[in-house]
Amino acid sequence: MKRRTRMTTRSAKLPEPPSFDPPKALGRDIQAKIGDQLRAMHDDIVKQGVPDRFVQLLSRLDKGEGEE
Amino acid sequence: MAIDPALREGMLAAVPRLRAFAVSLSGNVDRADDLVQETLVRALTSIDSFRPGTNLAAWLFTILRNHFRSEYRKRRREVEDVDGRHTESLRSQPEQMGHVELAEFREALAKLPPDQREALVLVGASGFSYEEAAEICGCAVGTIKSRLNRARNRLTDLMQIESADDFGPDAATRAILTDRDTGT
Repeated sequence: MKRRTRMTTRSAKLPEPPSFDPPKALGRDIQAKIGDQLRAMHDDIVKQGVPDRFVQLLSRLDKGEGEE
Repeated sequence: MAIDPALREGMLAAVPRLRAFAVSLSGNVDRADDLVQETLVRALTSIDSFRPGTNLAAWLFTILRNHFRSEYRKRRREVEDVDGRHTESLRSQPEQMGHVELAEFREALAKLPPDQREALVLVGASGFSYEEAAEICGCAVGTIKSRLNRARNRLTDLMQIESADDFGPDAATRAILTDRDTGT
């Protein structure tokens, strides 16, 4: 099932390749708005960084303690 | 277990994006954090199935997504109104952006079927390619594309309705949206 041709880049390349073919005429402005809002939602969480609990979790697992 | 330092670093680096994805799936930050925690534990437990040199983030997203799906199925059996609850929990989230618009967008997003929502978020927010999103969701690239199309059309409809609000407080529109949440 794994595709050997997979891309390994994890860049922030975003939609709208030429092959994208909206079945309905979507307003460009609304499409852009959807993209903006999706990224705003995403960034809202991403900018919180890595909560301490995850650093602690990995340290705990690293020492072989507290594995669930 | 001893965790390879590079792996540990890679996992931590993926945490912010994993959380953002988990929030969009679960609609709730606390539940999202639990999902991420469970994902990291599972990842380390099955680290042998990760091929070094491949995309660690995509692998972690796959684990998170599958875990969420199996939880979701479980909950669906327990609670009929999963989507309604999702909408509710999103609505009760503080508007961190201080942005009515974003809150409305979250609501609209919550109304999408899970397949469409995850495709949209993976490609439109998490920054994955169609191919990576297909791999994460275990489906064909064409399926991802068609889910994206449907998601965008549906969101467009929802947002057009909501943008009527921009002209002022509009009880009728609210009522329609509220009916949609609870009516069916």
